[in-house]
Amino acid sequence: MRAERFLTDSASRYPKKVALVASGRRVTFGELDAMSDRLATALTQRGLQRGERVIVFMDNCWEAVVGIFAVLKAGGVFSPINPSTKADKLAYVINNCRASAILAQERGLGILEHAQPHCPSLKFRMIAERDYAQVLEREGAPATMPGIDIDLCMLVYTSGSTGFPKGVMMTHQNVVAAATSITTYLENTADDVILNVLPISFDYGLYQVLMAVKVGATLILEKSFAFPQAIFNRMREERATGLPLVPTMAAMILGMKDLKVGEFPHLRYLTNTAAALPPAHILRLQELFPTSRIYSMYGLTECKRCTYLPPSELAKRPSSVGIAIPGTEAYVVDDNGARAKPGEVGELMIRGAHVMKGYWENREATDRALKPGPFPWEKVLHTGDLFRTDEDGFLYFVGRKDDIIKSRGEKVSPKEVENVLYALPGIREAAVVGTPDPILGMAIKAVVALESGSDLTEQNIIRHCAKHLEDFMVPKMIEFRDELPKTESGKISRRLVGALEAAE
Amino acid sequence: MSEVRAKVRKFIEDNFLFREDGSAISDDTSLLDAGLIDSTGILELVAFLESDFGLQMADADIVPANLDSIKAIVDYVETKIAKQQAA
Repeated sequence: MRAERFLTDSASRYPKKVALVASGRRVTFGELDAMSDRLATALTQRGLQRGERVIVFMDNCWEAVVGIFAVLKAGGVFSPINPSTKADKLAYVINNCRASAILAQERGLGILEHAQPHCPSLKFRMIAERDYAQVLEREGAPATMPGIDIDLCMLVYTSGSTGFPKGVMMTHQNVVAAATSITTYLENTADDVILNVLPISFDYGLYQVLMAVKVGATLILEKSFAFPQAIFNRMREERATGLPLVPTMAAMILGMKDLKVGEFPHLRYLTNTAAALPPAHILRLQELFPTSRIYSMYGLTECKRCTYLPPSELAKRPSSVGIAIPGTEAYVVDDNGARAKPGEVGELMIRGAHVMKGYWENREATDRALKPGPFPWEKVLHTGDLFRTDEDGFLYFVGRKDDIIKSRGEKVSPKEVENVLYALPGIREAAVVGTPDPILGMAIKAVVALESGSDLTEQNIIRHCAKHLEDFMVPKMIEFRDELPKTESGKISRRLVGALEAAE
Repeated sequence: MSEVRAKVRKFIEDNFLFREDGSAISDDTSLLDAGLIDSTGILELVAFLESDFGLQMADADIVPANLDSIKAIVDYVETKIAKQQAA
C-alpha cells in the first residue's frame, strides 16, 4: 500500500468529516482529497516526473498537508525542510537530492531567492499564497497516481556527526509500516482529535499528519507552543484527545502556575519522544492529567519509532522507554555483536518493515547504519544509541555513541554549528557542547577562542549563527576562552571542553 | 516614545532581533510569525516583564494578544501597571 491511500481511503469513508483545522480553516477529508488531486495535476503539468523530489519548505499550515499528498499522488517524493532553514543549507539539501520543485510560503521567499540561483535542478516553485488559489479552484480529473509501494515516499534530512545532513530514504512500505504500528499501540480511531504543535518538517510532527489522515481522525495544526495557554484553549474548544509532546513542552506545562488537576477530561493520551522525560516530570504530568495515558517513546528518523512503554508499565518503570513497537524487534548487542544480558550496556539494533532503505546517495553512511544481522539475507539498523534492558526485557536509554546533542527534542550536530562559527572572521577555535537546561533538555553552548585583536561579542556571534542555522541550532550562550583543550594529537576535544563544563 | 516602549523595544532588539536588521521590525509585527521568538523566548520575555516592571503574570496573561508584538506588550504592561497602582 502507498501512503496517499491514507487520504483516498479516509475520503471515501468520511468525505464530510473534518480532517484538518489549521490557520482558522477547517478542511474535510473530501476537500483535502480534491485539493491534493488538483495540486498533483498541476505538479505533473509543470513537469514533475515519477520519483522526482519535491521540497516542502513550509510551517504548520494546511497548504503543506495538501502539498505532501499532492506530491505523492503525482508519483513524487517529498522532503520536508524546517521553515527556519537558511539559504546555504536549503541549497545544500536541494542540490543533495537534486530536487525538481519546491513548495514554499511567502515567509520563506527571501531565503529561497538566495538559494535558487545555486540550484540548477529546480524546474519550478510554487508559493502557497500566490500559486495555490488558481490551481485549487480548477475542476479536474483525479490524479493519475503512478507508482508502487516500494517507491520512495519521502526523504527526511537528519543531522549527522559530519556536519552535513543526510537524507533518510523512506519507501511507502516503510511509512505505512511505521504509521500502522504506532496507531495500533496508541489505539487511534476516527474519533480522535489530535492537536499537533510540532513542526511537520520534523518526523514526529509529520507522522501526526500521516497517522491522523490514515485513521480518519481530526488534526488540529498549530504553529508553536510558545503560548501554552493559547494551546490549552484550543484543546478545550476542539476537545482534543491526543497531544504529542517533547520534553521542552512538558517542562513548560509543568512551569505553568494556574493549571489545575483534571482540566482536560477529553484528553485520552499524551506522548513523549525525541528525548527522555525525567521520571519526576512524568509523575507530575500524570498528576495533572489523571485520566490521560502517557506514552514514553523512543525513536530515530532512520526507522521513525523504535520503542514505546505501555502506559500500564509507567508507574513501575518510569525511566524505561519500553519495548519494540508492534511488529518490530529492538535488542541490545555487546561489542562482539552478541545479544547483551540484562543490565549490560550495548548498542540498540532494530529490525522491521519500518527501517529506512539507507541515506540518499551516501553509501558510506548507509553501510555504517545498516549492517548484516543475525540472518544473511537482511540488514539491521544500528541506532548509534547505547541501551540496556532490565530483567523483564524493558529498554533503557543510556547515551549516544556520537556527539550529537538533543536540544528542544531536535538533533544538533556540533560539527555543523562549529562549521558556521569558523566561517566568522575573528574566531580562531570553536567547540560546541550541550549544557543541561531545565526547558530545552540540553542548551547549545559555543566555547570559542578569538584571534588576537578580535573584538567579537557574544551578540555578534549569536547573530552570525542565527543567519546561517535553523533556530534550534543557534547557540544560547557563548563562552570565551584563551585556548580550547586539545587531545594529544592537537585536535580540539569537545569531550574535554564538556568535562571542564561539568567540573565547573 | 514612552519609557515602557523604549525598554521593551530594547529588550526585544537585544535578545531576539538576531535575524533581521533592527529597524525592519515595526511595533505591530507579530514576533511569532516573523520567527523572532520561540517558546524559550517567551519565557525570557515573561521573566523580563516580571522583573523589570514588577508585574505578576498569570498563565492567562501569557497569550498572543498580550505579547505577540511590541505594541501588544507595551499596551499590556501599561494597563497592568495602571491596575496595580490603582489597587
